[in-house]
Amino acid sequence: MNTALETVACPGCDLLQTLPPLPHKAKARCPRCGEILAVHPPDPLERPLALTLAAALVFIVANTAPLMEMSTLGREVSTTIVGGAHQLWVHGEELTALAVAFCAVIAPAAYIAFMLAVLLAVRRARAPRIAGELLRWAILLRPWAMDEVMMLGVLVAIVKLTQLATVIPGMGMYAVGVLVVLLCEIMVTVDPREVWSRADWADGRLPRRVLGSARAAQ
Amino acid sequence: MSARALTAAQSGLVGCKACGLLSRPAALAFLGYCPRCGARLESRRGHSIEYTWAFIVAAAILYVPANMLPVLTTYTTGSFESDTIIAGVISLYTSGSWPLALIVLIASFMIPLGKLVALTYLLMGVQRGGVRNARERMRLFRLLDITGRWSMLDVFVDTFVVALVRFPPVMSVEPGAGVAFFMAVVVLTMLAAKSFDPRLIWDAAIDG
Ligand SMILES: [Zn+2]
Ligand SMILES: [Zn+2]
Repeated sequence: MNTALETVACPGCDLLQTLPPLPHKAKARCPRCGEILAVHPPDPLERPLALTLAAALVFIVANTAPLMEMSTLGREVSTTIVGGAHQLWVHGEELTALAVAFCAVIAPAAYIAFMLAVLLAVRRARAPRIAGELLRWAILLRPWAMDEVMMLGVLVAIVKLTQLATVIPGMGMYAVGVLVVLLCEIMVTVDPREVWSRADWADGRLPRRVLGSARAAQ
Repeated sequence: MSARALTAAQSGLVGCKACGLLSRPAALAFLGYCPRCGARLESRRGHSIEYTWAFIVAAAILYVPANMLPVLTTYTTGSFESDTIIAGVISLYTSGSWPLALIVLIASFMIPLGKLVALTYLLMGVQRGGVRNARERMRLFRLLDITGRWSMLDVFVDTFVVALVRFPPVMSVEPGAGVAFFMAVVVLTMLAAKSFDPRLIWDAAIDG
């Protein structure tokens, strides 16, 4: 869709350059610093929306089902993600508990919720300004959503504890695995520029897409 | 230098950090706000060098207690044993899972330390000027920006070990003070990378 030539400044090195019209699945890279300037996924809004909906469902399972179970001496203990943060809090490590809760629960939840709102809003040709604002927050939060790091952490914990007792991964662990893949896929299938071309401007101007279709109708 | 490419800053333009829109601010003294997304316009991230230095110094100081203090204390009937991060790596290694030991070693030691050294190197280049290998420095910056979050690995390991080993009085595990320091180091090095403006590398480059 974005066939109009656009001049941009590279976010990595500030070099001014004109983006060429991109074929599907192509990326535009800065010739000076190699930063990716634009992507053109084939289905930039519908596919990420489907993936985000799936991620929201899987997120609920990942956060309610037990991550893993340990049994020894005839007793069993299991934990969820929030349960892990809660135990840290109970043992007096409040700050670390908050960091774990933020990186493992709050940031991914907010990322999924914001992306869902953005992708639903841009289904119309003209989306409210808040769509752009939420996209900005989602992009800012993304590095703090550490599901893949947590999953590796759970695996290491399981290996550590198998020396002491029987430890088995639970349903939540598999859900986290699926969530990691989905979050990754959302990132590669969405095109932020497509969102920006549909959201109303802060200064009251109409989005490019609406202007384009008005011009075509004349 | 006529063949040198032009940056937005040299042309009196600003690329929005949030939405990427290129705009020409009315006054250079006050750049104002992006007309499309409303974010505050900045030609270079404000006080990038000062903030990055502050985060690096704070992280370097906390790195010492993070590695000296125990992260886990295991209580078994009648005795207890405290483990630092390195002790955890060693016990993983001796229990036969050396690939995991290596992963934890890289995530907990090499990445935070490498980040501190690399960011110091990048900042010094930016402040001294005359940078010749800007492309390599940019690659280094991207690498440390992407890998930083993996340092949180040990914090997650400790969290779930504590959450699972709750069989008092036979066996239980308590978190140690080292976890909080280590978590702070990871967060501070991530913030350091986020506050560093890579465009400064290219401003300081002489072979652009
Ligand atoms: Zn560039
Ligand atoms: Zn903007």
